[in-house]
Amino acid sequence: MLGTILVAIALLTLSALVAALLTRFDRASLALGTAGSVAACLLGAVATLLALLGGERSAFRGTWSLPLGEPHLALDALSAFFLLCIFVVSGLAAVYARGYLTAYLGRRRLGPAVALFNLLVASMALVVVARDGILFLIAWEIMSFASFFLVTFENDQDEVRRAGMTYLIASQLGAVFLFLLFVLLGRSSGSYDFDRFAAAGGLANTCFVLAVVGFGAKAGFWPFHIWLPEAHSAAPSHVSALMSGVMIKLGIYGLLRTLTFLGPPDAWWSTVLLFVGALSGLAGIVHALAQRDLKRRLAYSSVENMGLIALGVGLGLLGQSRGDALVSFFGYCGALLHVLNHGLMKGLLFHGAGSVIHATGTRSIDSLGGLYRRMPTTASCFLVGSIAICGLPPLNGFAGEWLIYVGAFRGAASFSTAGAVPALAAIPVLGLIGGLAAACFVGAFGLVFLGEPRRKEVRPPHEASLAMRITMRGGALVCIAIGLWPKGALRLVVPALAVLGQSLVPPPDAATPLLAISRLAFVLVLLIVVLALLRSAFLRKREVIPGETWGCGYAAPVARIQYTANSFAQPLLAPFAPVLHVRIDEDGPSGYFPKAARYEEHIGDVAGERFLIPGTRRVLRGLSRLRVIQQGRIQLYVVYIVATLVALLVFELMGAGR
Amino acid sequence: MAMELALHVVVLLTAPLLLLGVIQKTKAWFAGRSGPPLLQPYFDFWKLLHKGAVYSRTTTWLFRAGPIVGVATALCAGLVLPLIGARSPLGFSGDIILFAYLLGLGRFFAMSAALDTGSSFEGMGASREAAFSAFAEPALLLCLAILCVPARSVGFADAFAALRSAPPGFSHPTYLAAALGLFAVLLAENSRIPVDDPNTHLELTMIHEVMVLDHGGPDLAFVLYGSAMKLFVVGALLVHVILPPPLEGGWEGAGVLVGGQLGLAIGVGCVESMMARLRLPRVPQFLVGASVLAGVGLAALLYRGTA
Repeated sequence: MLGTILVAIALLTLSALVAALLTRFDRASLALGTAGSVAACLLGAVATLLALLGGERSAFRGTWSLPLGEPHLALDALSAFFLLCIFVVSGLAAVYARGYLTAYLGRRRLGPAVALFNLLVASMALVVVARDGILFLIAWEIMSFASFFLVTFENDQDEVRRAGMTYLIASQLGAVFLFLLFVLLGRSSGSYDFDRFAAAGGLANTCFVLAVVGFGAKAGFWPFHIWLPEAHSAAPSHVSALMSGVMIKLGIYGLLRTLTFLGPPDAWWSTVLLFVGALSGLAGIVHALAQRDLKRRLAYSSVENMGLIALGVGLGLLGQSRGDALVSFFGYCGALLHVLNHGLMKGLLFHGAGSVIHATGTRSIDSLGGLYRRMPTTASCFLVGSIAICGLPPLNGFAGEWLIYVGAFRGAASFSTAGAVPALAAIPVLGLIGGLAAACFVGAFGLVFLGEPRRKEVRPPHEASLAMRITMRGGALVCIAIGLWPKGALRLVVPALAVLGQSLVPPPDAATPLLAISRLAFVLVLLIVVLALLRSAFLRKREVIPGETWGCGYAAPVARIQYTANSFAQPLLAPFAPVLHVRIDEDGPSGYFPKAARYEEHIGDVAGERFLIPGTRRVLRGLSRLRVIQQGRIQLYVVYIVATLVALLVFELMGAGR
Repeated sequence: MAMELALHVVVLLTAPLLLLGVIQKTKAWFAGRSGPPLLQPYFDFWKLLHKGAVYSRTTTWLFRAGPIVGVATALCAGLVLPLIGARSPLGFSGDIILFAYLLGLGRFFAMSAALDTGSSFEGMGASREAAFSAFAEPALLLCLAILCVPARSVGFADAFAALRSAPPGFSHPTYLAAALGLFAVLLAENSRIPVDDPNTHLELTMIHEVMVLDHGGPDLAFVLYGSAMKLFVVGALLVHVILPPPLEGGWEGAGVLVGGQLGLAIGVGCVESMMARLRLPRVPQFLVGASVLAGVGLAALLYRGTA
């Protein structure tokens, strides 16, 4: 099967090349690029699905040599699971891009955008099959650069360029930690081959910290998430879907893969991940609630969901370090299932947001409203995504969160105090995140699609194009299918556990309750249908009159007095104000005959505005002292070269003398 | 067994509206009035079912779905929770989490239905409902964790079995903390004083009532029934923390449940008669207090585990 996947990667690269060569012919490059990526994703998805269900493992070693070793590729269950996520979400995004980019025909060169998209998918697939450090880092960097150029697609806008730079710097800073990680592992084992990587004791601890920081920067863990809302809101929607849906998940993949090198986990590792997860989850969702830009809201919600995944991995580690297979089974399975689920539903939501932006030309929730009647398909798919991402039954989000919850409850019940406290602490955090997520996405859906338009529309918004509707329908259907039959989805996840640890083989009946969830989902749907029929039976003989919304006696309601994103979130954000960076710029009404009044509220990111930006400034100020050595005079630089050479010569001679 | 499950369903379907009547009767007694008949909520329900409806032109199908999903989710939660015996029709190991999230689904649709009208008052209600339920969620989950830890299970059936074998209700401070925490959650989830006032007349101060301003006819009947059902289900959970359902349910179990629920309804009526509503910014503090209480209960439980 590895061969088929390599064919898919080759097909992606080839179609990227063709699209890049056809830059002059936008239509042709869009068509060929999309055809290539859709075909490759279909091929790859089928191959990985077969490999996962068939339990196949295969490896490939190149006979030619890269610097520092030979290329080594392999497919195991963990790789296959992430490959499946990559191919499914990318396939959907590619179809969507076909519709989304059409609007740019004639306004922008599409060739590079299509080529880079395919290149990004290919590099992501290469990251998860690479089995040596050098190849892994090469693929990782191709992924970072391809996504950087995709983010800056609309590079004539100032904020897009700024977002792109933030993203580039953040991803390169993260990569520094990864280089360090692989150098440390490579030096201690004498090879960059993953199969020979091993670490223990202090080295394992260092490697764990490096992996959490380096991969966490890609995954968007707090406080390394700062690039995420910027890049996701600046990128075209299908790219946001791809980045949020799968690219940031590769941070989780990297972390999990590194854990397999590090031997049995220390007890404090799980505490670190649970803490990082809780912090990312809460900070992510509170900031998401505060956003008025629809795509920024979705991006911050990705931070929250990465936090949930980190909580699951943390519980898995907790179980592993305390020798409880059941807790680690639920923790790891919950985390992995949430990786798949979040890819699907966040892809769906970004595609929905893209359709809204396409139709109305704005991302601001406060100027939208009442879109349900104009764009029913987009709206109903966005509704499915919203319910799913809140983790509510009977959709797929619930299955993943349920597993994480069960892991936390079991850990709380079966460990002694030292192990039970972190697991117990996760429970109210999960609850609060769930409640806040519901508020966030009721707001996102309700304020955009329900009610009346908040601004006068220049032209009536139109429903998304066929390709975009197909993508959204497809994503929504998969979300519903996993929600109704979570046990089936779990079969994709369980094989990966064996890669994470030999002792993690699940007890045979651990997943049976998922069948009960399916049963309950069907009962719920049945009840809703019966009640709906009852209601229409009661109304059949009665008078049903269309009217106006009850205005509570107010005679002249206008659409502008509807609740906005800000007012909706106010009661929730007020208690969190101390941890948000709120700036209020106010010029309120005054005097007996007040004239115009003004109120502006900016909610910044605490991590950025309190820590990262001041910290960076301080570092820069410190480094600026070094500017004295940079004079711009050639003579001085020649002196530097001579001095360096002399120093090296002395060093060498002293070494020879010893 | 089949008999017991049938009784479960019948009690669940018929008893909830009675609680509203008992609360109203209690409040009337406090105020020195004779009050409406005990069965008035049933009469209201029947009357509303036979009325027509007016729908705002702004609304979509979500407005009509809100009350239906509300009833369906509360009913499902009631089918998951053991009411009169050791078992429930749809219970499984892990149902405790499903219980909390089913109520969340009902709320999601109630809030969407409110936003669907485009009314700023109903938006206000939805916003407050979202805020207060988010703060109530950790308290509810911590209380549920108190049930789970001694039972070493995530299912209601095992949790109540552990409670049954434990010394009765109030002898251990942990269960007292769970019961008090759940009572606070019950008041918040069901929009009772001191969080919300079901009898208020001013739209600006309402939460649940303002969210359903536009519903009428059978929809309003479903709203009434759904909220009564939710009160009944959360109430049953609280009653069982104090009086776990007997192993052999049957009539004895039904008696325990109905008796406990009537006592609870009188308690809610007393609270509503003797307290004023909290100011809105105080409500999160009230709910965080409930979480802290449950957290202290859990700490006591863990301490006992090590001692």
